[in-house]
Parts: sequence; structure tokens; C-alpha cells
Amino acid sequence: MRLLFGSLFSLMLAAAIGLGGTWFALTQGTAFGAITLGAWTAWPKTGTLDIDPYARAVIARNGELPVGLGDGVAFFARHDDLGRALDGRCDATVSGITPQARYWTLTLYDLDGRLVANSVNRQGFTSHEITRRSDGTFEIVTAPRARPGNWLPTGGIERYVLVLRLYDTPVGVATRAGREAPMPAIAQRGCP
Amino acid sequence: MIRWLLWVLGGILLGGIVHLATVLFLPQTATQDAYSRLAPLTPVNAVVALPAPTPQTALMPFMDPAFATAVCRYDLSRGSLKLTTPVSPAYTSVSFYTRHGIAYYAINDRAAGRRIIELELMTPQQRADLPEEEDVTAADRLIVESPTLTGLIVLRAMTPESGLMTAVQNALGRAQCRLQPPTS
Repeated sequence: MRLLFGSLFSLMLAAAIGLGGTWFALTQGTAFGAITLGAWTAWPKTGTLDIDPYARAVIARNGELPVGLGDGVAFFARHDDLGRALDGRCDATVSGITPQARYWTLTLYDLDGRLVANSVNRQGFTSHEITRRSDGTFEIVTAPRARPGNWLPTGGIERYVLVLRLYDTPVGVATRAGREAPMPAIAQRGCP
Repeated sequence: MIRWLLWVLGGILLGGIVHLATVLFLPQTATQDAYSRLAPLTPVNAVVALPAPTPQTALMPFMDPAFATAVCRYDLSRGSLKLTTPVSPAYTSVSFYTRHGIAYYAINDRAAGRRIIELELMTPQQRADLPEEEDVTAADRLIVESPTLTGLIVLRAMTPESGLMTAVQNALGRAQCRLQPPTS
């Protein structure tokens, strides 16, 4: 009798730990080989055959096609430089310079990777569209209401993610430090 | 007491095995991966332009709205494939994905170095079957080996300014992927 209860208990514990761990890993997005520069994180290995099993399961589950490494690298930011989650009701400035790349795009998505509807029908900027300062740096303001300059509307959603994609770039698996790849800073203010 | 600790330990070990097994097995069971989403829209071995993502409809998550996209869903079981795509003024790339959405090769217009990107896609077996001299004389042929029989070729062309979208989509519409007759 004790053997039966014991093994039942063990099996239930195994199912809870195993399935719970899988669910947690897939929803939290744990992949190895991350490069974190400031608020930005990229997983260049996810765009190669060396993709780890967790990232493999995540893309199979959400139906995404990751950017291939010969094409470019995608950096994701869910929080600002101080570690606060990006909130669509605040103003956030993305400013500075980007690593060397032939083209780049900055796009705003909700947490499930959908574009966000807004009145001016703008979901992102390309490196050719933005206006820069005379020293070559730029500033993009993501805000719920219209702003002068490069305004990226948030649509007032609570949480969003910014994706900076660098196309035809030397940034990749071997990139380690921020010196090789200077990423733009993200600062939030005016939160309700 | 010791007995229960052993049961807990056993449960944790078994849980680890369950976790690893589910993570490894999940891609085989996924019904909403990119290939399954595109299968109803794309005939086999032909280039099809995909609609640009909008806030209301997007075929896949995290698509770049600055790009015009076209897909060739391939099946190499009846021969190798030849892909030709014109290069747009800004930036064009060709990415190859396995049946389960793993990017195994990607090339852009600069790396291809021509006005038209020309590639041949074949399985390792088909490549080994190529006549020897043909492989040597055509040194400038770009041959890509697919690790799986089926998969996706994704053509992406950038529109640096949003007004150019239709022009870039039209250019990408001239891309072709054709089944090659078996060489033997």
C-alpha cells in the first residue's frame, strides 16, 4: 500500500515539475546564447542550425520565422535602461546610435508579436526614414500621443516590445561587448 | 521519512526527464508553426507573395512591416529546385527554413553579388549525385543543401520608405522557384 501511494506521489510530482517546467520555459522565453547590450537582447544562434532546443520549441509553438544569421540580427527590448517594463501609456525615448549595419528597422509589437493599431498607421521606422541630428545620432519617441520629430505611437497599450533589426551587419554570435555594438538608450518618463 | 525523501527525489528526477522529453518532442507536434500556417496559402514549389502584416491580420508573429515578403514552400522529393529573384534597389535577402522553422541558411544581395540572386536547392543526396565535371565547371553556381525534404524559402525585400511598397512587391513578384528535371 505504501509502495502504491509512494509511486503515485512520485509520478504526480514528476508530471507537475516536468510539464510546469516546460510551460514556464516556453512562455518566459528561455534560450541560450543571449547577447544583452543595455536594454536590448538578441539570440543570434536562433537564426542558425545551432538553435537550442528551447528556442526550437518556442518558434514551433508561436509560428515565428526567426531572422536568419546571414540576413541580420534582431534585438528585443521589453524594458528600459533602468529595468522598468515598457509601458505604452508613458513616453519613452530611444536615442543614440546603432551598431554598424547596412539597414536597420525599429518596430513596436505587443507581447504576442502583433503590430499595434494607431491613427497614423505607423508601426516602426527604417534607418532611411528617421530624421537625425547633425552629429548622426537620432531620437525616436514612443508615446501614446503625437510628439514632434520621430514619433512612434504606442496605441496606449499596457505592455509592448521594441525590436531593432540590423540587416547585413557584422554583429553576430561573436559579439560580446557594447564597444563593438553601441545600442541606443531607452528612457521612460511621464508614466501615469 | 527517508523513504518519502527517496520518493520525492525520484519524482524530481522523473520530472526532469519529462521536461526534456516534452521540449524536444514539441516541434514534432506543433500544428501552428510557420510551415502549417503557410501551407494552405502556398502551392508547392512556387513563389507566392505574402500580404504585409497589419495590426488586424498577420500570418506570423514578429514580421517586419518594412519588408515585402514572398515564400516558396518546397518539396525536394521529385528533384532539386532553382530559385531566381531580382534584387530590389534597397536590400533583398533569401532565407531558408526547415520544415520546423529553423533557419539553416540566409544570404543577402551583397553576398550574392549580382543583380539577380540565383540559387540551387538540393538534398545532400542530390548534390552527391551531381555529375563530377558539372560541379567543377560551374564554380560560380550557388548550391544550398537542405537538411530536410520540405521547408520554406522566404524572400524579403526592404522598402526603405513606406511609399515604395507596391514597387518592391512587384519586383519581388518576378521571383521564381522551379523544379529542375533530374540530371541522369
